[in-house]
Amino acid sequence: MTAFLELQDLTKSFYGIAAVKGVSLNIKTGQTLGLIGQNGAGKSTLMNLIGGVVHPDSGEMRLTEKLYAPRTPADAQRAGIAFIHQELNLFTNLTIAENIFITGFPRKGVLGSIDTAKIKSLTRDLLASVGLQLDPSTNVDRISPGERQLVEIAKALYQDASLIIFDEPTTSLTARETERLFAIMNQLRQQGKGLVYISHILGDVKKLADEIAIMRDGELVAYEPASAFSIQRMIAQMVGRSIEQLYPPRTAAPTNMPLLAVEGVNAAGIVKEISFTLHKGEVLGLFGLMGSGRTELARMIFGIDAFERGNIRVEGESITSPSPRKSIRHKIAFVTENRREEGLLMSIDIANNISLVSLLDFAGGLISVIDQREMTAAAQQTAQVLQLKSGDIRYQHAKALSGGNQQKVVIAKWLLSEPMIFIMDEPTRGIDVGAKYEIYTIIDRLASEGSGVLIISSELDELIGLCDRILVMSRGEIYGEFSREQFQEETILRAAFRQDDTAIPHNHDGVREEAGKQD
Amino acid sequence: MTTLDQRQRAKTTSSDSSVKRFAQSFLLSDYFVLYLTLIFFVTAAVFFPTLGTPGNISNQLQNMWPLLAIAISQTFVLILGGIDLSVGSTMGFTSVVGAIVMAQTLDPSFFDRSPLWGTIFMRPEGGIMAGSEWATLVGILVMLALGTLIGFLNGFAITRFNLAPFMVTLVSSTFFAGFALWLTQSRNISGLPEAFLTLGKGDIISIYLGPKLTSDIARRDILPFITYPFVISVGLAIAAQFLLSRTVFGRRMFSIGTNRRASEISGIPSRSVITRVYMLSGFCAAVASVMYSARLGIGQPSLGGGNLLLDIIGAAVIGGTSLFGGKGSVRGTFFGVAFFVLLLNILNAMRLSPFVIDAVKGVIILLAALIDITRTRLINREQRS
Repeated sequence: MTAFLELQDLTKSFYGIAAVKGVSLNIKTGQTLGLIGQNGAGKSTLMNLIGGVVHPDSGEMRLTEKLYAPRTPADAQRAGIAFIHQELNLFTNLTIAENIFITGFPRKGVLGSIDTAKIKSLTRDLLASVGLQLDPSTNVDRISPGERQLVEIAKALYQDASLIIFDEPTTSLTARETERLFAIMNQLRQQGKGLVYISHILGDVKKLADEIAIMRDGELVAYEPASAFSIQRMIAQMVGRSIEQLYPPRTAAPTNMPLLAVEGVNAAGIVKEISFTLHKGEVLGLFGLMGSGRTELARMIFGIDAFERGNIRVEGESITSPSPRKSIRHKIAFVTENRREEGLLMSIDIANNISLVSLLDFAGGLISVIDQREMTAAAQQTAQVLQLKSGDIRYQHAKALSGGNQQKVVIAKWLLSEPMIFIMDEPTRGIDVGAKYEIYTIIDRLASEGSGVLIISSELDELIGLCDRILVMSRGEIYGEFSREQFQEETILRAAFRQDDTAIPHNHDGVREEAGKQD
Repeated sequence: MTTLDQRQRAKTTSSDSSVKRFAQSFLLSDYFVLYLTLIFFVTAAVFFPTLGTPGNISNQLQNMWPLLAIAISQTFVLILGGIDLSVGSTMGFTSVVGAIVMAQTLDPSFFDRSPLWGTIFMRPEGGIMAGSEWATLVGILVMLALGTLIGFLNGFAITRFNLAPFMVTLVSSTFFAGFALWLTQSRNISGLPEAFLTLGKGDIISIYLGPKLTSDIARRDILPFITYPFVISVGLAIAAQFLLSRTVFGRRMFSIGTNRRASEISGIPSRSVITRVYMLSGFCAAVASVMYSARLGIGQPSLGGGNLLLDIIGAAVIGGTSLFGGKGSVRGTFFGVAFFVLLLNILNAMRLSPFVIDAVKGVIILLAALIDITRTRLINREQRS
């Protein structure tokens, strides 16, 4: 267990603001280092320093005792350092095999043409080692985000890296895929590779890491063996204060006045006979594994994707052929799963992002002239309500915000349109503990003010901590329904995996299939 | 070793920093292209004194106005993330149709092979409105309506069938260019009413520079300054700037160009916005067509051909409009057009061949695109700090 990569007093500033301040770390082979910290704590910058994306202002790095100063990401790759990023870096228009071999295709023959047979068989082996049974010539855009993540890992395995850095690798994985990933990580560690594991899921970090390093405001605030940390201590050191509870208490009870009724929604191969009701003041959770149809269902309700049969009613009024415009008119808001692709205008200022849905409310006259001052003031006020941390909202672009603040901009955008029904798909994905708490508080306030909130999440803890009721989706159906007093992690998970015999069948009888099919 | 290295680095950065900061603020300024144009002009005027003469300046300004009208509408389309390749042939087509409406006489030996000859549209006595005092007004309205219609067809095909703007407008460009040539059998239509020609030549405010020696001033010494095209294009520019920056329509254009999916999820009627932008583009092309036709005094099927499209898109890109959508301004395009007209003027003054001129233009557009990338990167870095 010698130090493989030694960081000595690394410092990096952007325009006078230190993102990384005097960090010294030893990354050893045959060990997993857990790196945690809130968004903006400097983890990404530190990793970018190691990866050669940015260069240190002072301090140095030593790789197996030799000075290591990567100028480009390619340098880092050559030195045997691989990154598994939170944002996937695959070419979706290429096949799995092409993605894995993108940096160098094996050639054959005098013409030097690509040896497709070889890359296929190599790819098949690599995929098998991460537990994927996919055809190597499948296009990446046809596989799920979870599978893409595993392909990335296969790619790093192919590059035979000595140090693999995992940056939030589990955000888009199902529970089973996560377990498989952890098993692979363990295996890699035993093979003598060094691993760095960055995650907001502290339980995972504690489980996986030999040592844990905690960053706050660019500095290393703790660096000790994993056994020295409890989750509480990790949180306390990350935020610099102690959070008594991870979830705010609910301030009001739900009513039983129906707000949104989904009746028998069907789309072949995606969702089957979905019916449920969301009430005023209710926070309703929708839990399911990836591929269970939960996101697809939300998109159908909001009118982004079409469905074949079924009906959606808002306060009794049926919405015929739903579209986002109609849903907005019926006071529905939709915080999508992908805030970059579907939620934000990244290169546009915050004020215009926030006012996007309600632009017409600030406009008058024949050609809808915008009252800029009124618009900015309203956006500013909403930003304040949500405690958005940003520069001048008229000038700062959405992409310059941290993940948590970006999510607040998306929520602010919908808040401004004064909706009654909030649909939120993974509202806290990839954002840090402090910001999560704030978003939970916002959700509670929305409900206590009489809105209905439908939350989709793959973090069951979060739904249990937040919701009045949880629906479990599995293979396109609602397979179980749990009220608050029935909340129990294990039972809900079993329903999601269909290994359950205590869940109350939701819609119709006979939905329960034999347990054990999943594994 | 390291400390020495660091000290050296620190030294160079401190002495460089003020220069660097100046260069950066210069590069990032909204008026960057304007400064560049002025510097360029003053430098060139030293070598080619004719450039600085009032006659030349007045002339160049007159060249600028029609180009500005179409460059503005192209800016709109580019902000949306689209492109309109059909503006050139829209100009040619509307020019011809306008002339057919307005012409007061038509030469039989020119047009007897036209499919329209002998019908109410083309007779020896002139076009449809020949002899009517309303000819000019109706002609102009027909041109504007037709331009808008072509834009609508483009927008409709793009939004309804999800076709690529490049393809749709390329097709309509070929179609209408061919149609215009067929109608006229490739002849220019002259004999346009006097009132229409005034629109191209007539000036509202003119300037005479020099001593007043006689009671008459020769016509050629009077320099047009504020002309009808000036009023039309500047009016259009102001309206466009207002539309872009102050109205819901303008904000929606930017949001669709930045992220169409997110915009649609936020309830923006992207199809209707896109269609309307292409209609505006067609309308502006028709406005430019009116100006050019009036100035040339003819209905010309080949109007808007050649490299005009390159000039327009080049001017917009130089002015900071992104071909990827979501970025652009009327002010930038205005400066871009000025820069382009001036560039052409200088290259002509250097007596370069038209082939060389085109090559140089290409290089300049490439440079503009590179500078824009640098600017964007710098802006992003400032945002991050």
